Amino acid sequence: MPELIRVGMADYKVGKNPATLISYGLGSCIGVSLYDPQTKVGGLLHIMLPDSTQARASDNPAKFADTGFPLMLADVLKLGASQSRLVAKIAGGAQMFAFANATDIMRVGARNAEAVKKILRDSRIRLIAEDTGGTYGRTVSIDLTNGIYKVKTIDKGEKEI
Amino acid sequence: MSEEFNLSANQLDALREIGNVGAGNSATALSQIINRRIDMNVPKVALVPLDSVPDLVGGPDTIVVGVFLRVYGKAPGNILFLLPQKSAFYLVDTLMGKSHGDTEKLDFMDESALMEIGNILAGAYLNAFFTFTNISMLPSIPALAMDMAGAILNVVLVQLGQMGDTAMVIETEFLSEDDGINGHFFLVPDPGSLETIISAVGVE
Repeated sequence: MPELIRVGMADYKVGKNPATLISYGLGSCIGVSLYDPQTKVGGLLHIMLPDSTQARASDNPAKFADTGFPLMLADVLKLGASQSRLVAKIAGGAQMFAFANATDIMRVGARNAEAVKKILRDSRIRLIAEDTGGTYGRTVSIDLTNGIYKVKTIDKGEKEI
Repeated sequence: MSEEFNLSANQLDALREIGNVGAGNSATALSQIINRRIDMNVPKVALVPLDSVPDLVGGPDTIVVGVFLRVYGKAPGNILFLLPQKSAFYLVDTLMGKSHGDTEKLDFMDESALMEIGNILAGAYLNAFFTFTNISMLPSIPALAMDMAGAILNVVLVQLGQMGDTAMVIETEFLSEDDGINGHFFLVPDPGSLETIISAVGVE
């Protein structure tokens, strides 16, 4: 039975085949997965906010896209992944409540998605699949045997990206 | 950042008491609307790590209905009324005069009814807050979502997440006498609001 590794909010985990990394109940948060198909090493990062420089100091760098991603990247490289082979998939970034006068904080999902994409570009890692936006929650998991990223929702069922 | 949460035992007691009276008001209001007795537990007042807040309602992938209201005024914050899906359907059946089990998904009217319940509960709750603290707090219009608890709580946690890694939560659980309805009522003051509330109560 392959290991199921749970990734909490504002957290990341890395692993190698056979294992599945899973994170439950993402709203505006984003689940960023990295996978090296050759060594079958990967990681899953569950970020809450786009930018650590716009927040008060935190003990938890994994909460932010800009500080969390480099940590996960370093750890998957340590496990034997190669940066040039790594591919990324992302899901999440919803806006759960629709308010007429949505403030910045309500649109944090979209800002999270933008921030993650920029970091991937800057790190020269290919984003090969994406399921972001909408007004619904997602549970995401990456299977490190094949790199399949599953996105589960309540109304729209489960899909693989 | 934690210094603002260094509350004395007396201050925690004061918050619990305010929460108690607020929730009592809300429970009475709910009880009158649905014509059933509503029990509530003693409010939990606790500083919890952000990532463990979803566990308070059964885990991040539990399906819940959430009514969210932003609180404006001198001590801003958020109110979230969470019902497990089954409870929400039961409450809709009761409100709409349907037989229990009739509601299997929420239509526009059902959502509107639940938002109104959230509105009434929040109003009753904040009234008690005003009585104790003389801080007037006004709720926004409500918004509703049915989804995974983690995703819904995100909305509140993200705002706190910009300030720190923990949430001060004042939480009460409601239970109807026939066990058909249980709900969680959260008041989550913004960082900084807690100081305002505590100093208004005047307890050291």
